[in-house]
Amino acid sequence: MTPVTSHGTDALRLKSVRFTWPGGRFGLDVNEFSIAAGETVFLYGPSGSGKSTLLSLIAGIASVDAGEVSLQGQVLSGLRAAMRDRIRAERTGVIFQMFNLVPYLTPLENILLPLRFAPERRKRCEDPQAAALTLTRTLSLPDPMVQQAPASTLSVGQQQRVAIARAMIGHPPLIIADEPTSALDSDARADFMHLLFDQVARSGAALLMVSHDRGLAENFDRVVSLSDIARPIRGDTA
Amino acid sequence: MTLTRLAFKSLLSRGFTVGLTVFAIALSVALFLGVEKLRTGARASFADTISSTDLIMGARSGSVQLLLYSVFRIGNATNNVSWESYEDLTGRPEVDWAVPISLGDSHRQFRVMGTTRAYFDRYKYRGGRSLEFAAGGEFADLFDAVVGADVADTLGYAVGDPIVVAHGLASFTEHDDLPFRISGVLEKTGTPVDRTVLVGLGAIEAIHVDWQGGGRKSGPATPAEMLREMDLEPAAITAAMIGVKSRLQVFKLQRAINEYPEEPLLAILPGLALQELWEIVGVAETALTGVSAMVVVTALLGMAAMILSGLNERRREMAILRAVGAGPMTIASLLMTEAMAMAAAGAVLGIALLFGGLLLLRPWLDAAYGLYLPVTGLTPRDLGVLAIVVAAAAAVSLVPAARAYRMSLADGMMIKF
Repeated sequence: MTPVTSHGTDALRLKSVRFTWPGGRFGLDVNEFSIAAGETVFLYGPSGSGKSTLLSLIAGIASVDAGEVSLQGQVLSGLRAAMRDRIRAERTGVIFQMFNLVPYLTPLENILLPLRFAPERRKRCEDPQAAALTLTRTLSLPDPMVQQAPASTLSVGQQQRVAIARAMIGHPPLIIADEPTSALDSDARADFMHLLFDQVARSGAALLMVSHDRGLAENFDRVVSLSDIARPIRGDTA
Repeated sequence: MTLTRLAFKSLLSRGFTVGLTVFAIALSVALFLGVEKLRTGARASFADTISSTDLIMGARSGSVQLLLYSVFRIGNATNNVSWESYEDLTGRPEVDWAVPISLGDSHRQFRVMGTTRAYFDRYKYRGGRSLEFAAGGEFADLFDAVVGADVADTLGYAVGDPIVVAHGLASFTEHDDLPFRISGVLEKTGTPVDRTVLVGLGAIEAIHVDWQGGGRKSGPATPAEMLREMDLEPAAITAAMIGVKSRLQVFKLQRAINEYPEEPLLAILPGLALQELWEIVGVAETALTGVSAMVVVTALLGMAAMILSGLNERRREMAILRAVGAGPMTIASLLMTEAMAMAAAGAVLGIALLFGGLLLLRPWLDAAYGLYLPVTGLTPRDLGVLAIVVAAAAAVSLVPAARAYRMSLADGMMIKF
């Protein structure tokens, strides 16, 4: 990988992006959006506003039709799909709303899973198992549970904390959290946000959290409304 | 966490379904290899019906026909071989030994075969095994008979029992004036000998002394005591088993018999004729192999269907893998690895089932059907079959793998419900 260094300091940068899903029914137009290294950004958007599409573009699952998406200076646009998969593995940690874990693996195995696809992240962990356990301890997850229990036996709150650990392992520069608290009750939600901020601060990663719940926006460096940065493309305007 | 380990854990988590699928594959593999074993075993048993005999001589007909009536006691001879021709030909220098056999009479549903005592030494089966007596011994008296294991079994005969030979086959005319005594019962061989009543060649002559054409002569019967005094040289025999001094002379003798000017005769090499006959019977064996191969295919298709039907509930899992950096190709190869692992496990379990079954059933198969199945290690052919099963599993898993590829490409890391 040869990083293009022109915007090297930004964890994420989108410029003049235009994208339409195959079939042309829905797409997105993003003029300019970037997240600096270590910055925490709350992206607000109601459902159906194109959040999933934007995240797909950032993660390199979908490739832009025009414009440029770059992660820590590495331009994704124009790269082969396999290359984009590799960059996603190396440079992002993803936390979903729920069902974050592969049910038949232990939490520990789930946490180590991204390292299988990201050798550079693995290199950053001297001892991946120890690194994973250090993370889970700070997330108040007991070791025996992390090492032995099948992920499917954990509570939703525990699963979300394991998901934080998986996103953080090997210090990827950008953490993407997609409605990570919507399955949690309000106490657990506060706990989760606290732990997430704590971890992001420790590793120095940038955080992009997407949610429709503005109540979570406090403590973020920046709050952005999706409608301010992106324009949805609908129907046959594509 | 390697892909193989991931596949393994994923399979373990669906233990019951996976177990059933593996078991289905195992059964099909065991069936296929079992049919293979039976097939080769049957072929070997068949080819081993008669061994150590170089030539079989009979009246001129087809080689399969001669083999059928002389060895398998199926059908009838079209003609006899005159005793002069037999003496003349077996007197040739190439001939080491000769055993005449005379067929034509029956006892209940079993054939009666007249022969000499040399038959017990010369008749060999299954690679040189000799006939052995379960009870009693060879004929000592003119009216002694030796019965095969099936004959004794079916009719409940023991040494010393009297039996009456019927004239011809399926006949109501019996040689009841001259009953035989059983002098010996043979061990089970799995050959047609089991279903044969053996008597001396002279006895066949003796019971026909008072017969002319198809019926009994009028007048008093010749008493048994008198028959024992008579010179009972047969006028004709049905066939003869011949051994040569040197194998090199087989063809020379065969030609001499086939070109015998006095009488139209035929000599066959039993091994060759058996092979010829097997080719006729062998059509069934191909069909059997075909059917068992279809069973394997069915089991593999069942596995593909099982993977395919499980894909929807695994969308979440695939999305997670995509999110942590797996490409659609990795997802597809995960599914293929799972399929191949199931097929390999099924194949190994199938072999275990096969050998377990063989060890259990072998003595019974040998005793009941004379089917001798050697338990050998895996033949290269077996290993080839296993490799093909795993390769075929990989091939059929391409269907669910391709579907998973498309699904994970479309879903990406977004989980849709």
